[in-house]
Amino acid sequence: MPAIEISGLTKTYSVGFWRKTERVGLKDLSLNVEDGEIFGCLGPNGAGKTTTLKLLMGLIYPTAGSARILGMPVHDPSVKAQIGFLPEQPYFYDYLTPNELLGYYARLSGVPAGDLPARLYATLQRVGMSEHADTQLRKFSKGMLQRVGIAQAILHDPKVVFLDEPMSGLDPVGRREVRELIETLRDEGKTVFFSTHILSDAETLCDRVAVLHRGELRGVRAVSDLVAASAGKNEVVIQSPPNADLAALRALASDVRTVGDSLRLVVAAEKLDAALDAIRAARAKLISINPLRGNLEEYFLEHIDGARRKEVAP
Amino acid sequence: MKPASSITRVFTALLVVCIIAIPLTARRLNDMRPHATLQDVLYIKSAKAARYVSLGYTGLAASIYWTRAVQYFGTKHIERDRRYELLEPLLTLATDLDPQLTVAYEFGSVFLSQPPPEGAGKPEAAVALVERGIQRNPNRWRLYYYLGFIHYSERKDYAAAAEAFERGSRVPGAHPFLRTIAAAARQKGGEYETARLLWTSIYETTEDKLIKKTALMRLAALRVDADITHVESLIRRYYEQFRQYPTRWNQLIAAGYLQGVPADPLGQPYKLMEGGRIEVADPDSLPFITKGLPPGRDADYVPPPKSQP
Amino acid sequence: MTSRLYHIAFNTFREAVRDRVLYNLVFFALLMVGSAPLFSTISIGLERIVLVNLGLTAITLFGVVIAIFIGIGLVSKEIEKRTLYTVLSRPVRRWEFIVGKYLGLAATLIVNAGFMALGLFAAVLFVQRSLGMQDTYILIALYFIVLQFLVIIAITLLFSSFSSPLLSAIFAFGVFVIGNFADDIRGFASLTEGVQRWLITAVSYMVPNFGSMNVVSQVAHGQGVALGLVAMNTLYAALYLLAALSGAILIFEKRNLK
Repeated sequence: MPAIEISGLTKTYSVGFWRKTERVGLKDLSLNVEDGEIFGCLGPNGAGKTTTLKLLMGLIYPTAGSARILGMPVHDPSVKAQIGFLPEQPYFYDYLTPNELLGYYARLSGVPAGDLPARLYATLQRVGMSEHADTQLRKFSKGMLQRVGIAQAILHDPKVVFLDEPMSGLDPVGRREVRELIETLRDEGKTVFFSTHILSDAETLCDRVAVLHRGELRGVRAVSDLVAASAGKNEVVIQSPPNADLAALRALASDVRTVGDSLRLVVAAEKLDAALDAIRAARAKLISINPLRGNLEEYFLEHIDGARRKEVAP
Repeated sequence: MKPASSITRVFTALLVVCIIAIPLTARRLNDMRPHATLQDVLYIKSAKAARYVSLGYTGLAASIYWTRAVQYFGTKHIERDRRYELLEPLLTLATDLDPQLTVAYEFGSVFLSQPPPEGAGKPEAAVALVERGIQRNPNRWRLYYYLGFIHYSERKDYAAAAEAFERGSRVPGAHPFLRTIAAAARQKGGEYETARLLWTSIYETTEDKLIKKTALMRLAALRVDADITHVESLIRRYYEQFRQYPTRWNQLIAAGYLQGVPADPLGQPYKLMEGGRIEVADPDSLPFITKGLPPGRDADYVPPPKSQP
Repeated sequence: MTSRLYHIAFNTFREAVRDRVLYNLVFFALLMVGSAPLFSTISIGLERIVLVNLGLTAITLFGVVIAIFIGIGLVSKEIEKRTLYTVLSRPVRRWEFIVGKYLGLAATLIVNAGFMALGLFAAVLFVQRSLGMQDTYILIALYFIVLQFLVIIAITLLFSSFSSPLLSAIFAFGVFVIGNFADDIRGFASLTEGVQRWLITAVSYMVPNFGSMNVVSQVAHGQGVALGLVAMNTLYAALYLLAALSGAILIFEKRNLK
């Protein structure tokens, strides 16, 4: 049984003074997340990642479609006992200490009072916050708050963990720690669903990724497939005079895209020499040649309008 | 929308039940507290304090005190309570806060001055109230009218009444009626016709239901007094003719003095008593009458209160 | 369920305390102490009356102001700061959240009033040199004041579930003021006719009748309060707060949380 099943999930908002204009938050999303996998939800800002998470958490109600977690409808309270959620840029009751906050959350999640001290201690240890366990949260930095946020998402030992931009606000060390934590969660048999716009994190961690753009699902692929699919590709960027004959060049490339006033081509390593010859023959100007860094990036860009590339962090 | 429908149903049901039960409970609560608005009347006794507390919204405060005065009088009246002690302070407060509250002066001129149980029986206080009103609103002719009314009706001071009406008639824009009534008071003070004129004019000009009702009762009482006076004079002529008093109406009818059994304005036939006296059938239904009362009960008789205090 | 309600309530109470709300007690104490010199100029019989009037009115007003100002933020602050998301992702029903918050604020106000009551009794004791039967009626007045708090918190929660904090505060305070004049509004109605009369009477019955829960001057004069009135008021307050809470819950259940 898939850990998460989403079927035709749609969310539209009526905006404007007379509520006549419709804005699409999410359109007809359908996907499954298998038990025990780390699933990444990618997309630029405004793609619908947070909307999806909120729908799964029951914070907003869908206009159409449905979703199930662990086989139960999303609004069923017994589901909530088995999931954990870290919202984007979380904020917590700043007059509480981590111990008090987590104690509160744990009791709300049904952790028995007797188990509390041990559980709190262990969780804080795991996120590296044990020495600040009794400091008021208002004194915490963003990174510290993020760790506390992860703590509250896992302290009740949920089966599925949902994280919205878990790496935001963290320095490289923090990011590594969170990455390791997510992997440990997977090792414990949990399913992890997280959203991010940072491709390298997704590439390292995820078993599968979905790409969202403007509320629509553009594709779902296993990361391993993408790695196997194409090794040794290069990105070639040129500027050509308007009348240049680029037919030969285009034939050598596996992907051609206009980016601003330049042309971006993807060329396999073995065809690179021939491509350079074609460029010279067409009297085009070579701007850059780069080996494609992660195939995830290519997959991502393939599914998103080229002009949007500027918004995506490499 | 997919919130849990059983929860929605429970709380909707609860909401509906409560919304229905609330006015019913409020009703019961109100019944338990008949003197509701009077509790803190004792609290603020001076207009200055009231002005502070009302934060300058003196018109609103005046309306509140005025409403309470009416409620107070109405409640006490139903209970046949003789004491209307708070009526004067309430009306005074209301008019101090809003000197132009004409209805308050009108109400006071009738109900402060009338004898209990129909009023507080304080004509001097009523005079003082209206005089204050006149001081503050010298061009409001109605106030002179109320003043003259008090002098005429309760103090029986026809000269003072005439003077008040005359002062009023000189105010620009005054109703010409004032001159008529001034003349009547001066020349025919104490006569039935003049009183009837006065009460009829009150009935026609007031908008207050209670005052209208009182005016009708006064007119009825005047009618009774006049009728009884007239019939008693007929009985005296019968006596002179037959050397004895009639014991039944038929005798008077047969003798040609009357055409039918006389009845009061409520339709109740008068009772012919010994010695040629006439009594009304039900004195309690005709307050304000001065004739036709059973012996031992004079015009100042006050029936006991309905409820225990 | 009870455990969750308790914890949400407790957390709300804890927040109020740490927000230094209870500092208002200091102002109250200052007020009572500061007005003491005035008393020495009044005759003894009157001292008690004025003291009880002043004390109970202050307790009411302080409490209502706190109820409204914390009440408007109970839900909206959690939404704005997004602390609500992590709470609702747990097995907490939405209605439990509202009720828990309500209970927490109610507890805060009761504790607050409790301290103030102690202060008031101490002052009365000081003025009278002893406490008698008539002083127990003060407890009834306090009970009624607590009923008023319970109603006003529920009303504030209801307003804040669909309007901004500022508007909610204004509405709630307005309802409090109008509710104190409910009897007078009924009186106005009896002076009018027809549609107007029906409308104004309806308003006077819809508005919470805080006047009936106000026995301050009676108690100040040492007069008792009928048990029937205590029972009726309790029922009335319960109905009103349940209605307001149900409304707030229904609105919150349907809400999409941005």
